[in-house]
Amino acid sequence: MIELTVNGIKRQVDVVPEMPLLWVLRDELGVTSAKYGCGVAQCGACTVHIDGKAVRSCQSHIGEVAGKSVVTLEGLHNKDQNPVLQAWIAHQVPQCGYCQTGQIMQAISLLASIPQPTDEQINQVMSGNLCRCGTYPRIRAAIHAAAANKMAEK
Amino acid sequence: MSHMHAFSRRAFVFGSAAVAGGIAFGAYSRAEAAAPSADGNPLAAGLGPNSVTFNPWVEISPEKITLIAQHADIGQGVGSVQPIMIAEEMDLDPGQFEIRFADPSPAYFNTGFADEFAPFVAADQSPAAEEARAATLEWLRKSGLQMTGGSSTIPDTYHKLRVAGAVARETLKAAAAKRSGVAMADLRTQSGHVILPNGTKIAYVALAAEASKIPPVLDAQPRDPSNWRMLGKPMMRLDVRAKVMGELKFGIDLKTDGMLYASVKLNPSKGQPLKSYDASKAQSMPGVKKILEINNGVAVIATNSWYAMKAVDAIACEWAPSVYPAEQADHWKVLESSFKPEFLGKEWRKIGDIDTGLKTGRLVQAEYRAPYVAHQPLEPLNGIGLVTDKGMEIWVGHQSPRFVQYVAATAIGLKPEQITFHNQWTGGSFGHRLEYENVRVLAEIANQMKGTPIKLVFSREEDFLQDIPRQIALARHRGSVDRSKIVAADLQLASTAPLKGLLERSGTPSKDPDGQLAAGLWNVYYDIPNFRATSYEAQGLSPSTTWRSVGASTSGFFTESFIDELIHAAGLDPMKARIAMCTVPHYRKVLETVAEMSDWKGPLGNGRGRGVAFVESFGTPVAEVVEVTATDRGIRIDKVWVAVDVGKVVDPVNFENQVQGGVVWGLGHAINCELTYAKGAVQQTNYNHHEAMRIYQCPVIEVRGLENDPKVRGVGEPPVPPAAPALANAIFAATGRRIREMPFNKFIDFV
Repeated sequence: MIELTVNGIKRQVDVVPEMPLLWVLRDELGVTSAKYGCGVAQCGACTVHIDGKAVRSCQSHIGEVAGKSVVTLEGLHNKDQNPVLQAWIAHQVPQCGYCQTGQIMQAISLLASIPQPTDEQINQVMSGNLCRCGTYPRIRAAIHAAAANKMAEK
Repeated sequence: MSHMHAFSRRAFVFGSAAVAGGIAFGAYSRAEAAAPSADGNPLAAGLGPNSVTFNPWVEISPEKITLIAQHADIGQGVGSVQPIMIAEEMDLDPGQFEIRFADPSPAYFNTGFADEFAPFVAADQSPAAEEARAATLEWLRKSGLQMTGGSSTIPDTYHKLRVAGAVARETLKAAAAKRSGVAMADLRTQSGHVILPNGTKIAYVALAAEASKIPPVLDAQPRDPSNWRMLGKPMMRLDVRAKVMGELKFGIDLKTDGMLYASVKLNPSKGQPLKSYDASKAQSMPGVKKILEINNGVAVIATNSWYAMKAVDAIACEWAPSVYPAEQADHWKVLESSFKPEFLGKEWRKIGDIDTGLKTGRLVQAEYRAPYVAHQPLEPLNGIGLVTDKGMEIWVGHQSPRFVQYVAATAIGLKPEQITFHNQWTGGSFGHRLEYENVRVLAEIANQMKGTPIKLVFSREEDFLQDIPRQIALARHRGSVDRSKIVAADLQLASTAPLKGLLERSGTPSKDPDGQLAAGLWNVYYDIPNFRATSYEAQGLSPSTTWRSVGASTSGFFTESFIDELIHAAGLDPMKARIAMCTVPHYRKVLETVAEMSDWKGPLGNGRGRGVAFVESFGTPVAEVVEVTATDRGIRIDKVWVAVDVGKVVDPVNFENQVQGGVVWGLGHAINCELTYAKGAVQQTNYNHHEAMRIYQCPVIEVRGLENDPKVRGVGEPPVPPAAPALANAIFAATGRRIREMPFNKFIDFV
């Protein structure tokens, strides 16, 4: 049995330690906001937070995540007040929406480290997250809007 | 073909631009045998007590109102705008109704294909053209062709869903009039209620039982757009919140009790069988429940998708060889030798005297190439299947519900009506979910696992390997310029046939020339006195299929790049010349608009360049200007301007998002994507080999929608075709280098 904390709740899973966190979340624990897109850290659709940092859950073996705290989009604190989620809704970013949970988790992590990112900084951090529908102009606008809203709150 | 009598069954098929006959025939023969017809209402059968349905799109029970999204939601917003078109007329607010995807039924035949399939270019609004479209519509009605594609989401449903809503509204009023004794004319509706003159409100759901007992008010008319509350104004897509909150369940997110997980390894030489396999290593791997042999490969059943993928990876397979050339170079050789009478698809259009025209003035010749490319929506192919003694139930996101029934049934010896299909929200498609790899394979696996629900997920690598690609095409264009005018353009291409292939795999094969090879080739609206457009259909190559914007994705690049070459040879300005040559007034307006938006004033200099391209596809004219800078790190795309005329913009925010996405799609794939074959298999098996655009390359994209077209048009695909030629033309303007083959990064670096 491997124990970890997912969205604040202690969970135990009986799987091989090599299994990527992504598949533990999706198939073993029924937490589906982390998406399978590529399996090789090329698309970012599986992005979650481990101990507060954005990581690709398809590359994190569950054996190494044991004892750590995993937060997926479902488990974000106070979701309705989250400036990134609010901006994503206000700008109607999603088309198919499949990549967006990963985009959002990456964007939250970006704004935590760079509260007012430039376009260049957004490009650097967000380029690992693929969007096949091409919502990039809206992703950029939503990140700037979220940054502005966070500043206004302070 | 100017008279109706020309449309005998046979004449119509041969005359059709896009093998409507092919679609109509195959499906028609099946539709005749099946009980349901386009006139029936599939909702009637499943109706509960005290409930009512007025048409195939509206269902009201005492508890709730359900609106049917007729098309598949592949990210384009069907699950929002289609219910809202009904809700607009019913005076329903978002949140007052549930949304359900349509079941398979001929009642949901796609009227939106009538224009694309009739053998006339979109701008031709002559009586003969309209007669042909009306005849095509009747064929579609009889065929019951239920398919999402061809940018038809809005064109198909703009009228019928608003009528459906109006009929529901007026019938509910009639029921309220009967109950209250108040004349219908004195009743109004608001926010899900009929309102009496004294202010009394009766909820629609409370009228369901009574409404079911009176005849529907069939002559109800939709309102004038000037009275719209939601449509045509910035509105919130109904699916945005659920998608942002991570609450929306895509097909791949579903789970049922007792479900097991499957992964497959199929012959990478598409369509060919398995010869032998060795699963000794896989058998003892963790989580593995069973190993199955299927028609063209092997499947592992396991307790979890990852266990299944790992185990299937460990199976050694010996495959039958490919029937198409094993190596990519030979695919190009076949195309090169396809410009021969025996491979003629069709001479689609001939104006003037092409031979004399080509001898006048200066001759310009160029060869263009477009490779196979993959669809690869981010949600890989998947599905859940359960086979019992009664039949099969399948949960899968797909664009052709009735063809899913046909393909699944055929795979396991059932009848199509024994397949119960549940459409799902999908993580993109771009044409991928018109094909059937996952459906066929899932049926085979579930049939071997009777009684156990099986969830199949393709690994990304398997999805790439089995992705039936966009057509490969090669163009040999000739033209001439004389005294600052284009005198002749002779456009010829050899290509694989995407729509023909799709139809064949859908069980409705066609012998007609593939009309998608005319798209972007024959619908050229410039005043060129000598013009010819001819397609050749290369034989024996990789199967290919419809990829966002289909034929125009390759032909648009060829045509608009070559027109640009002719314009430069004539010493003209690319924008001014296009505007001057454009023969359709409201298409000219599209060009003029993009010129105004971009403040086009000719060459920019200093390593900067602008290119323009104009392509009409699926009836929607789109002009794009791309601006680039040649930097020491390569070409940087600075900005894109887009003007689109769809006749009516019904969902402005989503419209802009769709157009921007189409531009990103067109540019990204033109820059860096191709599929190449080696030993019969594609060599690109994940996004690092087939990347398209990431955010760092994405320019600012300014969009303007025009409403001058006499018809309501779609916008999912038309922004794609002009992107590649506008970029190539911009690179030429900036560097003097004319790039005639996609992907462009084989020839020039990009930042």
